[in-house]
Amino acid sequence: MDNAISVTGLHKSFGRTKALDGLDLSVATGEVHGFLGPNGSGKSTTVRVLLGLLHADRGTVRLLGGDPWRDAANLHRRLAYVPGDVNLWPNLSGGEVIDLLGRLRGGLDQKRRAELVERFELDPRKKGRTYSKGNRQKVAIVAALASRVELLIMDEPTAGLDPLMEATFQETIQEEREQGRTVLLSSHILAEVEALCDRVSIIRNGRTVETGTLAQLRHLTRTSISAELAGPPNGLSTLENVHDLKVEGNHVRFDVETAALDRVLKQLTEVGVRSLTSQPPTLEELFLRHYTDDRAVARK
Amino acid sequence: MTTGTMTTTTTRDRPVRVERRHHLAGTWQLVRLALRRDRIVLPIWVLVLGLMASAGAGAYETLYPTQAERESLTAVMANNPSVSLIYGPAYDLSTAGGFTAWRYGTLVATFLALACIFTMTRHTRQEEDTGRHELLASAVVGRYAALTASVIVAGLGSLATGLLITVSLMGAGLPAAGSVAFGASTALVGFVFIGIAAIAVQLAEYSRTANGIASAVLGAAFIVRAVGDASADGSWLSWLSPIGWATRVRAFADERWWVLALLVAAAVVLTGAGYFLLPKRDVGMSLIPARPGPAAAAPGLRSPFALAWRLHRGALIGWTVGFALMGAMYGSLAAGIGDIIGDSEQSRQMFERLGGADALVDAFIGMTALMVAMIASLYAVQSTLRMRAEESAVRVEPLLATRVSRLGWAASHLVFPLLGTALLLAVAGFCTGLLHGLRVGDVGGQLPSVLGATMAQLPAVWVVAGLAVALFGFLPKAATAAWAVAAAFVLLSMFGPILQLNQAVLNVSPFQHVPNLPAAEFTATPLVWLTVLAVAFTGAGLAAFRRRDIG
Repeated sequence: MDNAISVTGLHKSFGRTKALDGLDLSVATGEVHGFLGPNGSGKSTTVRVLLGLLHADRGTVRLLGGDPWRDAANLHRRLAYVPGDVNLWPNLSGGEVIDLLGRLRGGLDQKRRAELVERFELDPRKKGRTYSKGNRQKVAIVAALASRVELLIMDEPTAGLDPLMEATFQETIQEEREQGRTVLLSSHILAEVEALCDRVSIIRNGRTVETGTLAQLRHLTRTSISAELAGPPNGLSTLENVHDLKVEGNHVRFDVETAALDRVLKQLTEVGVRSLTSQPPTLEELFLRHYTDDRAVARK
Repeated sequence: MTTGTMTTTTTRDRPVRVERRHHLAGTWQLVRLALRRDRIVLPIWVLVLGLMASAGAGAYETLYPTQAERESLTAVMANNPSVSLIYGPAYDLSTAGGFTAWRYGTLVATFLALACIFTMTRHTRQEEDTGRHELLASAVVGRYAALTASVIVAGLGSLATGLLITVSLMGAGLPAAGSVAFGASTALVGFVFIGIAAIAVQLAEYSRTANGIASAVLGAAFIVRAVGDASADGSWLSWLSPIGWATRVRAFADERWWVLALLVAAAVVLTGAGYFLLPKRDVGMSLIPARPGPAAAAPGLRSPFALAWRLHRGALIGWTVGFALMGAMYGSLAAGIGDIIGDSEQSRQMFERLGGADALVDAFIGMTALMVAMIASLYAVQSTLRMRAEESAVRVEPLLATRVSRLGWAASHLVFPLLGTALLLAVAGFCTGLLHGLRVGDVGGQLPSVLGATMAQLPAVWVVAGLAVALFGFLPKAATAAWAVAAAFVLLSMFGPILQLNQAVLNVSPFQHVPNLPAAEFTATPLVWLTVLAVAFTGAGLAAFRRRDIG
């Protein structure tokens, strides 16, 4: 499968601040790709390089088979962008902004527009600042989704949406996926990425630290196990790759790295297992680990 | 909500006082925040405006050393309406003080008023506009705190400017009474426009609109005064303008102190009106409510230019109306200039030496064209910097993420500084020429001549626009310096000759190179050069914009 976006070794500095430090990202055509990272990790900078708004210091960037810096205007016919911070023109109504952006992109699906305005419960007659942040966001989302484009680039699109509207947003992204569109979804809302994305790239300090399907990423992480045993557990604490072990009589609770799962389970069944629950790591935990590791390093 | 809790927890005899104090809670912190934000701009305008007059006073002795020269100065200048049009009435030019008050009074007061307006909107409406005020309002900040803090900061600026004027003039050896009158009248004009801005920020929803309303009032005050000062039978008009009052304090020329009371009263009443209007609206909202717009865009709204037109439309219409009025007033004045010269033998002789009635009228029209062009250059800067405003507000990125190219977007905005200025000059020139032509019964001859004299200034205006584009392209963060560039050109052309600055310095201003039509002979060469320069600046700026990061 060819890639809609491929970025390798991307560097970008603003003065002395290093925003991107060798970032890699590849988004296959037709997939919904989650772009995860804490605030200030370089997500928006990457998106702006992809849109040709910023000039990369170093590294290669391909977008829809072209160079986003040189062929910006041409490539932009084929994509739609939802900025993280939507600012509208004070004297234009939301409906006017939707139509204007759609037309500048090269056309708008009027039926889809009407349907989206309805589903997002947007009043298109309001002007500029009379919209709340969430409603400004909706204007940009409707404008992007109503365009007939191959690629959607969304920078934290649901920031400011209420949970109901977030659900609506997830539905619409599922529909886009069924239409075969490629979506790059930058976010720090993990549940959203978990629900929507085929693959995920996690970035931190301007560098990609993980990339893969959710299943692939999960094998890098721990499973939480809680078990009632037949007798007192022995030897668990000596095992490598077992963390946060808590023993209360015959009850144990611990986290285990996926690589050691097999060995740990053998150990448990030797004692005898009365009940066992295991939880796959949520993206939250996965994310937290990268983040806290980073903090631990910073502290040292 | 908090008001309620405050009053219920206070003792019975004090609720009113506490509530009032509560409305001002946080004012001091906001004053400090505003001073912190303005720590560079505020001292600059205080110093420049405060010291400008004393610099001029110092030059007087060297420029006009003999008594004879000083007397003829009064006779020539006081009786020349094209000069009064800009500087105001000349009461007594035989002393350094009288000369200084005449030459700088109107201008310093106008610039101070402008600085006060911008300071006021910056710390009130702009804070609400950007949503920053909400953040502050959620802390312990009273309802009137932001307005009060801005009044205090802008007031401090005015006061400091007035004091600096007084002290520096006295330091230059001028009489104390006149120095105080000059400083006080200037500072009070600042206070009057603080009041006007206090009202404007309640009326408008956006800081841009508030600035526009208050600046339009200032423009009207300036023009009304200009017409009053330059016409023989309409001098009462000057009494309608706060700037006119400032000159009528007659600093260094038998001071009329009671006129200061007019300024004080106006400042108090206008500021009070701002306080009165403030609680009549919600935070972030305006007294002029925003109406809902159409649910779908008109078919025409489909190009970057269509959007640029929507964004520039209001301002361009406002400027055009202003230029039409300005042109009409100047045009109706021009022919009457001979009447004001007076009947004395001395002034008649001078009149002849200057070239007679026709030459005087021509000089007046030349001066009018220059004034119009200088004001148009401010529009050129304003409309060019709109690009930077759009960029800072992150409204460019969604557009550039469509098939709109950077140059296409920039070009759609540049139509306004380049062709909009041409429209403004044409409208002003047409109105001046038409009314002057009607008055002298020679529309066919005067209209093209006056229109031509005005349009000849266009390349100089374009140079200012080109410099603004270059700043936007190369140094986007410093793009507002374009205002300083335009102001420097205006000051050079207005004050350079009287200060007898070196010609090389004067030549920096593009307005210096335009032939002074209709009196002078038309030469195309300087206009071609100015146009070439303007194109070069614009081109370089655009090339840089195409290559730089957005944001």
